[in-house]
Amino acid sequence: MTARTLYDKLWDSHCVAELPDGSSLLYIDLHLLHEVTSPQAFSNLRRAGRKPWRVDAALATPDHNVPTVLRELGLGGFDDPIARRQVDVLERNCHEFGVPLFPLGDVRQGIVHVVGPEQGLTLPGMTVVCGDSHTATHGALAALAYGIGSSEVEHVLATQTLRGRKSKNMAVVVDGVLGEGVVAKDLALHLIGRIGTAGASGHAIEFRGDGIGALSMEARMTLCNMSIEAGARVGLVAYDRVTQAYVKDRPFAPAGPQWAGAVRHWQDLHSDHDAHFDRIVGIRAEDVAPCVSWGTSPEMVVPISGAVPQLHEARDDVQRGDWSRAMAYMGLEAGRPIHGTPIDKVFVGSCTNARIEDLRAAARVLRGRRIDPRIKLALVVPGSGLVALQAEHEGLDEVFTAAGFEWRAPGCSMCLGMNADRLEPGERCASTSNRNFEGRQGRGGRTHLMSPAMAAAAAVAGAIVDVREL
Amino acid sequence: MQPLSRHRGIVIPFDRANIDTDMLLPKQYLKSLDAYGFGDFLFDDERYLDHGEIDTPVANRRINPGFVLNRAPYRHGTVVLAQANFGCGSSREHAVWALRDFGVRVLVAPSYGDIFRDNCFNNGLLAIVVEQPVVDRLFQLVRSRNVVEVDVDVAAGTLAVADETWKFMLEEGRRQNLLEGLDQVGETLMLADRIRCYEQRRRAAEPWVFRHTRQDPD
Repeated sequence: MTARTLYDKLWDSHCVAELPDGSSLLYIDLHLLHEVTSPQAFSNLRRAGRKPWRVDAALATPDHNVPTVLRELGLGGFDDPIARRQVDVLERNCHEFGVPLFPLGDVRQGIVHVVGPEQGLTLPGMTVVCGDSHTATHGALAALAYGIGSSEVEHVLATQTLRGRKSKNMAVVVDGVLGEGVVAKDLALHLIGRIGTAGASGHAIEFRGDGIGALSMEARMTLCNMSIEAGARVGLVAYDRVTQAYVKDRPFAPAGPQWAGAVRHWQDLHSDHDAHFDRIVGIRAEDVAPCVSWGTSPEMVVPISGAVPQLHEARDDVQRGDWSRAMAYMGLEAGRPIHGTPIDKVFVGSCTNARIEDLRAAARVLRGRRIDPRIKLALVVPGSGLVALQAEHEGLDEVFTAAGFEWRAPGCSMCLGMNADRLEPGERCASTSNRNFEGRQGRGGRTHLMSPAMAAAAAVAGAIVDVREL
Repeated sequence: MQPLSRHRGIVIPFDRANIDTDMLLPKQYLKSLDAYGFGDFLFDDERYLDHGEIDTPVANRRINPGFVLNRAPYRHGTVVLAQANFGCGSSREHAVWALRDFGVRVLVAPSYGDIFRDNCFNNGLLAIVVEQPVVDRLFQLVRSRNVVEVDVDVAAGTLAVADETWKFMLEEGRRQNLLEGLDQVGETLMLADRIRCYEQRRRAAEPWVFRHTRQDPD
């Protein structure tokens, strides 16, 4: 048999049928749902008189538009009646169709991409989809996971399958171990800065090399999460001992005699040694520094020692135009060092960086320190109720609040600003989220993407600084 | 889904790369429960000078007169012309619904966000990929003539402006879907036996995959 990549294996093992038009019908093992991209799918099911194929393969939780305060009031805690209605409709839809739900007030509620792995719902070798582009996160567990639109949400609900065309294989090989103060977020930004936001379009990325093997599962999730920002729908890491240790004993993971069978089955979830990759990108870990985005696309990124580029450095007129527009939007002139850029707000959270290790990293910087008085608001939003509980158990909430941060309830929050947590026009934010698009965190808001430790350092300094020098 | 076989329409130029779906439709409109009614909010942040919410009457909004969608003849345009990676970012299908509700039926760009392009075809919008020189030529035509009308023939896979014609590639399944406006779920359900057969096989080999997602915590 020809050598296959991990992506090839996952694709083959879920292929229900090859269709006459050259596409494939793939079986979906886990379907995660949230309040924003599911209502139209449920409505269409109802209109067509169709039933979900397998509710036991679905799980819903509200995350995108939920407030991060007054959580004890449940739906009563919403200021925004339109957002409240959407969460209410999710609960009603789940009830009507029998879809399992972690509702507001359930300690397991949180950002879908934090909840899935945390609960052991996401398992190695699965296909996982969700109406959210950051579904690639789950690929860290050697699962084929990708974001879909609402029409596809309906398709999965009704048929437990998706039609699709196979992507090409791309390997991102990381050699060596990341330096002190350099983390997976920096690696992701470094990669995107190098290959661009369309650099991996049409490809599934597999992150490989000893640099990846050395990463924790949560760090791998951060990395896979941002695959979509490099253009790839899918990001993957092969199954290894780190994966196994992470999955073991999680609530929905196989237990008892099934565990051994599962582990045996998962051993094959890696690319064959002579598997073919259509494209290979090599990264030397020692070349990666803490990174910060300067512009309005995740590819507009520099190491902390870097500066906003000069327009003549652009590769063509289109990029020159985009850079010029981004500089105007961000209020930053060409050539200006990114270090020292003053910050108004700080956000630690999102499906990229709201797991316990992220909170620990930020708290480590904040312990015994105060945020700069110029900071108008510093938020820390745990990825799930269980992450929040763990952090409180470790006393991290007190470290954050003592430093001047607000300790909030789980949700997507200021990553996309659907709830009240957002930037005002012109405000500049040090953010651990994944997108610095125009208006992403609020109309006219200016986002600088960075790691949790770097965001904490920016909060302390009131400006973008190198956490290694704090 | 409305079938699409031929289309003639005015080109709306966006001479920028990486136009993301947040830009196409900002987050506040994602609170809608419907798949329709987003046309007035397409490119909302650039189209209006003030902030709008889902329940703000559009008549009360301040228009940005310089923005392309607010200018004749583009406000009647139905063909989007853009640079690389159009529709990158968020998977929100609402961005495609906004394009469709505005009247867009065809997009032309060197590349797209992968999820966005699937969403386009799932809503009967034709997202054409052409080489950069073709995109450059189309922008050149828009700059010199202002109004450019293109003719698109889905079956033939051609894109034409006056006497210039270009071929474009289109996956056969997508072509058929556009031409016939098929109900994809209905099509897949015709394969229900094969799906059940697959499930039986998987359930035997990997029973842990089929545990129920409803389970009370210990």
